Amino acid sequence: MATETKIPFDETYIRTFSSGRGEPDWLTARRLEALELTERLPLPKPEKTKIDKWNFTEFARHTVDSAPYAALDDLPEAVKALIEAGEGTKNLYVQRNHTPAYVSLSDELKEKGVIFTDIFTAAREHGDLLKNYFMTAVKPDEHRLVALHAALLNGGVFVYVPKNVEIETPLQAVYIQDEDDIALFNHVIIVAEDNSRVVFVENYISASREGKAVVNVVAEVFAQANASVFFAAVDHLAKGTTTYVNRRGIAGRDGRIEWALGLMNDGNTVSENITRLVGDGSFGDTKTVAVSRGEQVQNFTTSVVHYGKHTEGYILKHGVVRDSATSIFNGIGKIEHGASKSNAEQESRVLMLSEKARGDANPILLIDEDDVMAGHAASVGRIDPIQLYYLMSRGIPRRDAERLIIHGFLAPVVEAIPLEGVKNQLIEVIERKVQS
Amino acid sequence: MAVLTIRNLHVAVEGKEILKGVDLEVKGGEIHAIMGPNGTGKSTLASAIMGHPKYEVTEGSVTLDGQDVLEMEVDERARAGLFLAMQYPSEISGVTNADFLRAAINARLGEGNEISLMKFIRKLDEKMAFLEMNPDMAHRYLNEGFSGGEKKRNEILQLMMLEPKIAILDEIDSGLDIDALKIVAKGVNEMRSSEFGCLIITHYQRLLNYITPDYVHVMMQGRIVKSGGPELAQRLEAEGYDWIKKELGIEDETVGQEA
Ligand SMILES: Nc1ncnc2c1ncn2[C@@H]1O[C@H](COP(=O)(O)OP(=O)(O)OP(=O)(O)O)[C@@H](O)[C@H]1O
Ligand SMILES: [Mg+2]
Repeated sequence: MATETKIPFDETYIRTFSSGRGEPDWLTARRLEALELTERLPLPKPEKTKIDKWNFTEFARHTVDSAPYAALDDLPEAVKALIEAGEGTKNLYVQRNHTPAYVSLSDELKEKGVIFTDIFTAAREHGDLLKNYFMTAVKPDEHRLVALHAALLNGGVFVYVPKNVEIETPLQAVYIQDEDDIALFNHVIIVAEDNSRVVFVENYISASREGKAVVNVVAEVFAQANASVFFAAVDHLAKGTTTYVNRRGIAGRDGRIEWALGLMNDGNTVSENITRLVGDGSFGDTKTVAVSRGEQVQNFTTSVVHYGKHTEGYILKHGVVRDSATSIFNGIGKIEHGASKSNAEQESRVLMLSEKARGDANPILLIDEDDVMAGHAASVGRIDPIQLYYLMSRGIPRRDAERLIIHGFLAPVVEAIPLEGVKNQLIEVIERKVQS
Repeated sequence: MAVLTIRNLHVAVEGKEILKGVDLEVKGGEIHAIMGPNGTGKSTLASAIMGHPKYEVTEGSVTLDGQDVLEMEVDERARAGLFLAMQYPSEISGVTNADFLRAAINARLGEGNEISLMKFIRKLDEKMAFLEMNPDMAHRYLNEGFSGGEKKRNEILQLMMLEPKIAILDEIDSGLDIDALKIVAKGVNEMRSSEFGCLIITHYQRLLNYITPDYVHVMMQGRIVKSGGPELAQRLEAEGYDWIKKELGIEDETVGQEA
């Protein structure tokens, strides 16, 4: 039963799994501490969505071994479509289920000390570094799902950019699921040291559109003093996949974190994206677009928390809901005491395409400081008939006019995706989700 | 040659009758101007012809070359050859001007006959240069953040790109500075041919100095109450509407009133 509190994998299993991967002791210990927590902690409580019947814990297999891809040519077509020929493919990580199936990093970046590797290699070869960051932005004791994540970690990638290194071309990660009844506990860590710059683009894809699976993702982003991280993601997991995804960033003094998230899963999803502006002068911009269809229920929480002075935080969320799907958008701009001269802005808009669709935009501002600026705009509505009339009056048929308006509505993230292949895939996914 | 024929057109908005029997014929090669005080039904006429969802035709007919326009969806009307430059064009975020125009042109040409990207760009560049528009405008989102005058110019750009048979221009001159007015007029004059008919709704003789109309009509109380040649517009400019009201015994020219 989905509501079962016990997880099907115990201490012995985890010890064996961890030592099998050659993990350092600290990691094994953290897994076991987290395992204990899973029994005690409650599920998270996303605003306005009941998830206690969702399946986050039932799966037949924790980890499968999949064949790696020997060469770029062997990649599945769905992955090939995402990667650019030439330069781009030099910095690429492809994960097939749980197996690091293709890893490549240019010599130039290696020489500069950049690390871009799967999480297990990182644990073995850069354990001391990883230890400083792993599960520090997201702590295992927050709720059962992150505890479960820490205990059962079985995939992911580690990005480390040393001081003063600016990476021009994006680092790209693709996680493909081509087996059913498995669980992916994927962990992404991006560390950008002082004055560094990195663009990271990731895709979650399912080989079949029905595939049953549990996906539990934690991404931790650290932009240290004056560093800049641009994080783009397109999630497109199958209908049978229940997803919990938590992407969190911490920005140091004058640090910048920008997110462009295309949340296109077809199954039930809880997504949480929090940016903590800790350093003075730090900047956070988060753009999220989502489409919900069929019967799926999705809950998206985006939050920017201001601690430092002169911090700026922007939240943009645009969601399309059709059929009898449900989408809840929670946006929280929080200015802590002491974060003077900060600015928190958010815009949340939901477009409903059918009578039975349910959509909700809840913008919240929590301000504990006087000397700040803040604002929000929110709306839930249908396609504007006057806009439709305008486009149709130029000869564009109704369906095409609707499509144009919807694509335009989701453009803030599409336009921000820095890789052509990924951008085009997102456009196609939107097209399919909106049309079929 | 195209003919737009409007017969005894009655139009209601939210249950209230606004147009009370309009008769008008616009042929290819002709330029008609409609003038009239505020709130007399000019935009209502334009909107009803184009098929605006709020306007309900309760009586009468509109045909284009004998085809029943009122039976057509808005997009079909456009593809049949009608165009309306709107008094208040919509803003569409996230859709670039260029993508929108290409979609509109391709909708006319139909599947399999799409315009090549090269040809489209050449045509767009040419028309934008003609209208002295900043090339960046092609890549901006449709009308979003455009100034009043830029929106009007963008309507004329669409007119020139889409080459309709009959165009209705609703206050295309409002909010334009004198240079912009000349450019917009230049655009319309460029379209003039025996294949192109135009109905210009305006409050000012000024525009008609640059685009000489063949016919001028005056609208009051939801009807065309007087028609004449270009000299009628000049007299309106000089004397206002009082003499017409007196001549016809109209006290209040707005649509709620009866003569
Ligand atoms: N959508 C609408 N809802 C309610 N009333 C409307 C609507 N459109 C038009 N009307 C009313 O119909 C009447 C005629 O309006 P219309 O816009 O056709 O006038 P107009 O002649 O174009 O005026 P103007 O010169 O000011 O543009 C006005 O009284 C107006 O308030
Ligand atoms: Mg008007």
